[in-house]
Amino acid sequence: MNHIRNFCIIAHIDHGKSTLADRLLHFTGTITDRELQEQTLDDMDLERERGITIKSHAIQMDYERNGEKYVLNLIDTPGHVDFSYEVSRSIAACEGALLIVDATQGIQAQTISNLYLALEHDLEIIPILNKMDLDSAMPEEVTDQIVDLIGCDPSDVIPASGKTGMGVQEILDAVIERVPAPVGDPDAPLQAMIFDSVFNSFRGIIAYFRIKHGTLTKGDKVKFFNTGKQYYADEIGTLKLTPLPKNQLFAGDVGYIISGIKEAKEVKVGDTITLVDRPSTEMIKGFEDVKPMVFAGIYPVDTDDFEELRASLEKLQLNDASLVFEPESSAALGFGFRCGFLGMLHMEIVQERLEREFDMTVITTVPNVGYRATTTKDEHLVVNNPSELPDPSTLASVEEPFIKGQIITKADYVGQVMNLCIEKRGVLTNQVYLTADRVELSFEMPLGEIVFDFYDKLKSVSRGYASFDYHPIGYRESKLVKLDILLNGDQVDALSALIHRDNAYDLGKRICAKLRELIPRQQFEIAIQAAIGTKVIARETVRAVRKDVTAKCYGGDITRKRKLLEKQKKGKKRMRQVGNVEVPQTAFLAVLQLD
Amino acid sequence: MAGIYVHIPFCRQACHYCDFHFSVSVKSAEPMAAAIAREAALRAGELNGKKVETLYFGGGTPSLMTAGQLRTVTESIRKHYPLASDLEFTFEANPDDLKPAKTEELRALGANRLSIGLQSFDDRTLQWMNRAHSAAESLTCVKTAKARGFDNISIDLIYGLPGLDDRKWREELKKAVDLDVQHISAYCLTVEEKTVLGNRVRKGLEKPVDEDAAARQFEVLTAVLRAAGFAHYEVSNFAKPGMRSRHNSAYWEGVPYLGLGPSAHSFDGHTRSWNLNKNTPYIRALERSERPYTAEVLSTADRHNEWVMTGLRLERGIDTRSAAQAFGTDFEAVHRKTIENLTAKGLAEYKDGRLRLTDAGRFMADGIAAEFFILEP
Repeated sequence: MNHIRNFCIIAHIDHGKSTLADRLLHFTGTITDRELQEQTLDDMDLERERGITIKSHAIQMDYERNGEKYVLNLIDTPGHVDFSYEVSRSIAACEGALLIVDATQGIQAQTISNLYLALEHDLEIIPILNKMDLDSAMPEEVTDQIVDLIGCDPSDVIPASGKTGMGVQEILDAVIERVPAPVGDPDAPLQAMIFDSVFNSFRGIIAYFRIKHGTLTKGDKVKFFNTGKQYYADEIGTLKLTPLPKNQLFAGDVGYIISGIKEAKEVKVGDTITLVDRPSTEMIKGFEDVKPMVFAGIYPVDTDDFEELRASLEKLQLNDASLVFEPESSAALGFGFRCGFLGMLHMEIVQERLEREFDMTVITTVPNVGYRATTTKDEHLVVNNPSELPDPSTLASVEEPFIKGQIITKADYVGQVMNLCIEKRGVLTNQVYLTADRVELSFEMPLGEIVFDFYDKLKSVSRGYASFDYHPIGYRESKLVKLDILLNGDQVDALSALIHRDNAYDLGKRICAKLRELIPRQQFEIAIQAAIGTKVIARETVRAVRKDVTAKCYGGDITRKRKLLEKQKKGKKRMRQVGNVEVPQTAFLAVLQLD
Repeated sequence: MAGIYVHIPFCRQACHYCDFHFSVSVKSAEPMAAAIAREAALRAGELNGKKVETLYFGGGTPSLMTAGQLRTVTESIRKHYPLASDLEFTFEANPDDLKPAKTEELRALGANRLSIGLQSFDDRTLQWMNRAHSAAESLTCVKTAKARGFDNISIDLIYGLPGLDDRKWREELKKAVDLDVQHISAYCLTVEEKTVLGNRVRKGLEKPVDEDAAARQFEVLTAVLRAAGFAHYEVSNFAKPGMRSRHNSAYWEGVPYLGLGPSAHSFDGHTRSWNLNKNTPYIRALERSERPYTAEVLSTADRHNEWVMTGLRLERGIDTRSAAQAFGTDFEAVHRKTIENLTAKGLAEYKDGRLRLTDAGRFMADGIAAEFFILEP
C-alpha cells in the first residue's frame, strides 16, 4: 500500500487537462507513441469534439523511482458543473489532486469550487501551471493567484506544458513525494466506493471503485449498500489502458468489477460495495442520490417513432444513470417523454447522442426546472412541466429551486456581470477581489434563470472571460406565472413557461418576436400571441406567403425544380404541425434564443 | 407526337439576371452549327419515327447565327426527322436583331412563330437588365415582324423588378396589349445565384424581389391580359384563342422531346438527359460523333411529382383520376384532406376529379405541388 498513489486532476475546461494526462501516460510507458492519440482518457466521440470529459475514467500507471516500483492511479474527473457530484466522488477516491491552471488564463470559477471540494477531503494539492510554452503565459501573476488560493509556497508550483512535455517528470515525482499513500485495513470488512461506471455492450455495467478497507477476491459474493442488490464478482481487476483482470484487490487499490449488471441505475456513484458473507456495518459517507435539475420534453419529429424513441432512451439510460424520463403527451407535439437532466450540458449531450447514436430526429422543448406548487386546498405538487401547473384560481403558491453561484471575472466586466445577474433575479451576497484584476462575485438566484440563456449572456457580457459555477440551496417561494403561447388561437402547450410576474410582459413580447422570425411564412396569416391566463399580453403576425412559384418551367427546369421541391419537402418533415401551422424544431426552443 | 428544341448558346451580351447557358463570343458559331447538325443526325432514331409537331430554336440568342449556319442545322433536322405539315416552328429573337433583312431570313428558314425577348418598354429598365436593345426597338420589332408575314408572335415581359410600381406595370402591359400580339410570356424576376444580379443582391447592392409587390403585379397582369382576350393557360403564359405555344405545352404534358445543342435537355417519357453545357468540349465531342450528355431515369415517383408540378401550373390543372393508371396511386383518396384544405383557402378548385389552381393558388403553385409529392427514401 505504501507504493500506491491515488490522485485526480482538477482543471477548468480547455486548460489542457487531457493533453497533460496523456503526457503522464506516455512518460510512464502506459501508452506507446502509437497510442498517444489526443485525449486518451476520453473515449466517446462526442467528448473528443467538445473537448471535455463527460464520464470520468481511471487509469493505472507503473512508475519506477529510485529503484522502487510505484502504482499510480489517475482518476479523471469531468470538468462541467452539471457533473459536480461525480467530481466529488472522484475526489473522495483520492489522496491527492493535480490542480492544473492555464498559465495564459488564470484560475476559473469551476476550478475553485472543485478545489474547495478537494480541500474538504484533505487532498494534497499539487499546483501546475500548464501551457507554459505559449508566449501569452503569465507565470508570475497566475502563480500569485494559486498561492493566494491554497496558501502554498510559490516554489511548489510546477511549470508544465502538455504540448511539449515540459514538467512531466517533476509532476510524477511530486505525486510520489507529496501525495500520501492510502491508509486502510486489508483485513477489515470490505468497503469499496463506486466512483464511476461504464456500460459495455458485451459485459454489461462495469463499476469503478476504490477500496477503503478490506480485500476483494474474484468470485466473492458482493452487496451494493444503497440498492441492496447482490452480485458475484465475475471479474475484478485494475484499470490499465484496457482492463487487467486480477484475482484479488486490496485496501488502497483502484479497480473495476464486472458482475453481469444490465442497467446503469443499479450502480450508483458513491455507493459502497461490501461482502455478503462479512459485511461492513456502515457505508462510506457522502452518498447522494443524484436528482435531475432540469426538465424538458423530448418528442419524436415523426409521431410514428414514439416507441423507437423509448427504446433509444432506455438504451441511453443503460450507461447514463442520471438520465430519467417518463412518458407524457402534449396537445401540440403528441406523445413523447419528459426527461430529467443534471443540467443544460447534460441535456444537450443526450439530445446529440439520440441523433447521432440512434439516428432519432427529436424536438426538445424549452427546458425548465422542477417546481413545487401548493394549491388552495393545501395539496403539495411537484411540477416538472409548466403546463401541469394548477390553474391560478386553485394555486396558492409556487416555489422554485435557488442556487448559489460563483462568478469569477475580470474586474473590467464586474458592472455588466452584476447587471446581468440582477436582470436574472440574482441577489449579490459577496464580492471578493482575488487579485487586482480578478473578482469573485457570489449570487443567489433562481436556477430557472440559468436554464434560460444565462451562460451565453454571461460569456458575451464578459467577452468570454467570466467563469461560473453553482450549487443548489433549496426551494423558495416566487411570484411565478404561466406564460402561454398561442398560434392562431390554439395554445401550444409545449411552449408554455413559468416566469416571474415582473418579467412576463417583456418576455412575452420577446418570445413572440422571436417566434415570428423562426416560423416560416405559410399559405395563411399566423397570429402569435403570448397570454397569461386568458389575458393576451403580446402579439405578432407572420404574414401569408404571397408567391411561391418558379417563373420558368421548361425542359431544363423541370428536373432541377422537382429536386429542389423534394428537398424542401424533406426539410419540412422536421417541422411539426400545430393546428394548421407548421412549426420548425428550433421554434420550440425560442425562449433560449432571445436577444 | 414529339418536339425538337435547339439550343443556340450565343448572346451579344449577358443580361444581368440570366443563368442560361451561353457565350458572348460568336467565334465558334460555325463549328457549333455543324456540331448541332451532327447531333441531329447522330440521334435520328431516338424519336422512333414519331412525327415532330414542334421545332423551337432558343438560347442564348439564336438570331445571332447567320442564315447559312441556321440552315445547316434545319437541313439536318429536316433530313433526319419526319416533320408535321403543320409544324410549329418557333424562333427566339431579340428586338435588336429583328431588322427587316434578318426577319425575312427567318421566314425563309421556315420559322412561323417568333418569341421576342422584348422584356420591357422602358429604356432605364432595359439598361438595368443589360439588354442590348432600346425601348423604341421593343415597339418597332413587332411591327417589322408582322410586316414580314409573322402572324404568330410572342413577347416576353418581366415584372417584380426593383422600382417597378403598379402604375408603371399597367403602362407596360397596355403597350404590350396595344402591340396586338398572339402570345405573351410574363415572368416574375428570379434572382439566380450565379448572375450579376445574384451577386449584387448577395452583396446588398440590390434588393431581393419584393414578394408582395410581385404578387400584386401578378394580379394586375392576369386581370389586364384576361380583359384583353388572353387565356392564362400557364403560370407565366398567356395566349389568344388557339395561339398557345404548342412546343412549351409539350413540356408540361410529358410529351417526348429531343434537345439539340449544348445544355439542351431531352425526354423520352422515362429518361431525361442533358447535353454538356460547355461549347468547345461539346463541339469536340461531336467532331468524334459522340454526344456528351448525362441522363437520369425517372422513377414512378419522379414522374408523378413532375406530373403534379407541371400540371398544376396549367389552367386545366390535373386529371387526378389518371393517376391510378399512370402511377398506381389513388390520388383523390390519398390527398382528400389536402384538396379540401386548398379549396377551403380558395387556392384550388376540385371538380369531377380535376384539380386546378385558382389565380391565387397558381402564384403558389410550387409549394402546393410539393404537398402532393411522393418522397422516396
